[in-house]
Amino acid sequence: MAHNAFITRETIDGADDGPLSGRTVAVKDNISTEGVRTTCGSAMLESYVPPYDATVVERLKQAGATIVGKTNMDEFGMGGTTETSAYGPVENPADSGHVPGGSSGGSAAAVAAGEADLALGSDTGGSVRNPAAFCGVVGIKPTYGLVSRYGLVAYANSLEQIGPIAQTVEDAAALLDVISGPDPNDGTTRFDLAGDDGGAADDRSAADGGSATHPATDANYAAAADGDVNGTTVGVVTDLLEGADDRVVDRFEATLDDLRSQGVDTVEVSLDSVEHAVQAYYVIAMSEASSNLARFDGVRYGVSGGDEGNWNESFARAREDGFGEEVKRRILLGTYALSAGYHDKYYQKAQDARAWVKRDFDDAFERADVLATPTMPVLPPALGESLSDPLQLYLMDANTVPVNLANLPAISVPAGEADGLPVGLQFVGPKFGEEAIVRAASAVEG
Amino acid sequence: MSETPVDAAEVKHVAELARVDLDSEEADAFAAQFAEILEYFDALDEVPEVDTHEDLVNVMRADDIEESLDQTAALQNADETEDGFFKGPRVS
Amino acid sequence: MTAKALSEGELVSVIGLEVHVQLETDTKIFCGCSTEPADGEAPNTRTCPTCLGLPGALPVVNEGAVEAAVKVGKALDADIAEQTRFHRKNYYYPDLPKNFQITQYDAPICADGSLEVSVAGRRREIGIQRAHLEEDPGSLQHQGGSIDTADYTLVDYNRAGTPLMEIVTDPDFRTPTETRAFLAKLEEVLEYLGVFDAARDGSLRIDANISLIPEADVGEGGSIDTDALASANRTEVKNISSHKGAEQALAYEVTRQKNAVQRGRAVEQETRHWDESRGITVSMRSKEAEKDYRYFREADLPPLSVRGWRERIDIPELPDARRERFREAYGLDEESAAKLTSTKAVADFYEDVAGRFDPDLAATWVADNLLGELNYRDMSITDVDHRLEEFARLVELVDAGEITTKNAEEVVLRTMLDEGDDPDAVIDAEGLGTAPDEEVAVAVGEAIEENSDAVADYHAGEGGAINFLVGQVMGKTGGSADPGDVNELLRERLEE
Repeated sequence: MAHNAFITRETIDGADDGPLSGRTVAVKDNISTEGVRTTCGSAMLESYVPPYDATVVERLKQAGATIVGKTNMDEFGMGGTTETSAYGPVENPADSGHVPGGSSGGSAAAVAAGEADLALGSDTGGSVRNPAAFCGVVGIKPTYGLVSRYGLVAYANSLEQIGPIAQTVEDAAALLDVISGPDPNDGTTRFDLAGDDGGAADDRSAADGGSATHPATDANYAAAADGDVNGTTVGVVTDLLEGADDRVVDRFEATLDDLRSQGVDTVEVSLDSVEHAVQAYYVIAMSEASSNLARFDGVRYGVSGGDEGNWNESFARAREDGFGEEVKRRILLGTYALSAGYHDKYYQKAQDARAWVKRDFDDAFERADVLATPTMPVLPPALGESLSDPLQLYLMDANTVPVNLANLPAISVPAGEADGLPVGLQFVGPKFGEEAIVRAASAVEG
Repeated sequence: MSETPVDAAEVKHVAELARVDLDSEEADAFAAQFAEILEYFDALDEVPEVDTHEDLVNVMRADDIEESLDQTAALQNADETEDGFFKGPRVS
Repeated sequence: MTAKALSEGELVSVIGLEVHVQLETDTKIFCGCSTEPADGEAPNTRTCPTCLGLPGALPVVNEGAVEAAVKVGKALDADIAEQTRFHRKNYYYPDLPKNFQITQYDAPICADGSLEVSVAGRRREIGIQRAHLEEDPGSLQHQGGSIDTADYTLVDYNRAGTPLMEIVTDPDFRTPTETRAFLAKLEEVLEYLGVFDAARDGSLRIDANISLIPEADVGEGGSIDTDALASANRTEVKNISSHKGAEQALAYEVTRQKNAVQRGRAVEQETRHWDESRGITVSMRSKEAEKDYRYFREADLPPLSVRGWRERIDIPELPDARRERFREAYGLDEESAAKLTSTKAVADFYEDVAGRFDPDLAATWVADNLLGELNYRDMSITDVDHRLEEFARLVELVDAGEITTKNAEEVVLRTMLDEGDDPDAVIDAEGLGTAPDEEVAVAVGEAIEENSDAVADYHAGEGGAINFLVGQVMGKTGGSADPGDVNELLRERLEE
């Protein structure tokens, strides 16, 4: 039973009733819970107790859910196997010698092992979908701006979203219904302020709200899990099939066959830009991380650097002591990529690549309703296998990072097993097309 | 191909900018890794310039006062405080 | 630029300013915490996850700050950007909760404006390169010494997140005195807009840049050869917090730099700290290394497209225009017009009073009497702005002749300010009503009867006699007759 899925076990009760009444939820430990320790899987925040709740946590409570604890994760979300956690690795409930994926490995393992009905993770470059695939459960990364990030400890703020993890598509979608919606505390969710023309409201009372609605307001994601995919066109992203493990590809193709028998049309889609997606993702993510993690200096919270010497020396000591190796690596690379002399070469070019990826996806959605890829190009690695070569670890994200770059929604749904290890299939939807990907995933499930 | 190899000295300079106190071993290890990773990132040179458009514009909140945290809550995670202030070493 | 090259010929100062102004909004720029310190406020009592930089907190722009910025842009004749956005300026300092400051970089909200100043009778137009929004850091106390020698530091984040506008001028100043005049003018304009409060501690902070270049590189009309300026060493002076401070700090720098040149020493390109108590600037060379701010877009804040607000947001008539109009409409001289437009509150009050009574009378009363008495008591018009109707009433009483000007000035006004009573109450209590006409007529008659010698002197052509008789009448009426009226009445009766 001890998968080490939790860093902190603590029960937080919700309202007396609501759509999640009677359900238990595990919350990733980078999501702020008032009065309950929030470590982000890091030694830096070993004793940090937030004085406020993340908006999604408030929504969980209002929906009547019972939170059962904070889950283990790669430190500050940086990793794909949950092996960079300062609180020990997590075992994959499907096979204990293998990683559960990451960075939301604890959340996915908790659900897979039945330690919680539902879980919340966060997805910056695949961190909800990756562990969902590796643990054989469902995980959704919402469109950027569908769910509030207020209270999510930032790793790469232009890329990440909080997403639901569950055993079934309908459960995951129902959790999405609860947590999604505009939040005055998160400006990037305010699609309810856009004008009628779909663009900016040049109105003085922008703060009072415009005539548009946030996409989640009228949506019913759980209801979309009806398996009705007859007539749906699925675009298969060929670039992301090449180079994947044969056993993964076999499961992927078999699942597509099943979908075709349910009335799905498949077309081949090529996205030239995804060749540069991993580089672009990492440059942007590391650059943003170097800035988002600058606040950890030991003054107001976190490991302190002590009294000796001056402030700069104290800060440097706190961060050397509090951060693990992967975090330091990304902070340094990110600082480098933003620094004078390199900014144009790395950061600026990564933004160009990102725009290119977005455009490629937009073009693809003119030919298909949803796109499909294997969630991960490999089967879950053995524990300890991935740690020696950082670059190899980054390459594992090839199928998931393009989605974050394009700010689009995606879901990973179990697509069987190979050699006893879970395989996930990923559907990518157009912007705010969560209902379409939920529907497609429910057809795979059914 | 990388224009300049990243050596331990450069890593140390970047570490200073990022306020991370690396020892020499760490600096050397990172230098070796960075060279490989940055070479991989160099592929971005091939990317064309693409125009972007903004999704959201003019998101603002009204100038209305909201409740602040009380002093205890604000200070509760600090390692050292004095008379309601956060305390730390001298500046220079 | 070598010291030798500099020493050839006269040197000209080329100065630019970066002025940080705290904007008067109710809440901070990125969160809903109040910007108003409570009396005797304790530290860290006006913070929230956002302005404290807690993990997971997010910024959202204050509409009031954007409005204030557009007003400033409009008043400075600047363009409002089609699309303006926020960037992160990354550096480490204990007053910075996130160890980056959210500011603006390549797309400031305002650009290409100007402000005209008058110095020693000459009008100069100072170019405003840009003005942008950013957040204020917290405040530091260096305990046990000064910034160089302290034992430890205490940090208060109450101020963190206060909206700032950074106004950057072109390097158009040629003397320290001009900077002082500019700052006074800028403050006046900002105060008129209602976006600035000079009385607030720390509401104005100035960084100055100064280069000395050879006179030969200054072209006709004062334009500077751009290459010469680019290659000249620039000194940045920080920690200036007043107009006077700017003039003094820059005067010190000009002297210091010219002395160095004369002695054949080079002037370094560096940042210096103005120490007001010692009246000197001190080198801060140790800060030089840290200039790579690694600016990049703040993704949590969608951009702003508010060019249209320029049309829709009204700004009040600005000081210069108002002064001109006062001179024309009310026939005031330059000095009076200046006094009466020194603040918007005074100007508003004056117009109200001038609208109801004679403008000259109003001018005397507001500019000389009221402001004079307020100044003497170290008060400003805003201290009595809830009593302006009472002062208007006083002017009304004088205008109607119900009290003498002398009594109004010397007794009533002062008592009103010192005791807080309204004019009618003071007049009653002190029995200051102007003597009624019959009483005056009786007193005049009596004075003539009782002082036949003086009457004889008057008829003999002695000028002083009438004054003596006026004095007699004033004595009889307890000083409550109007001396001018008495004089007239006496002459009439004496001529009969």
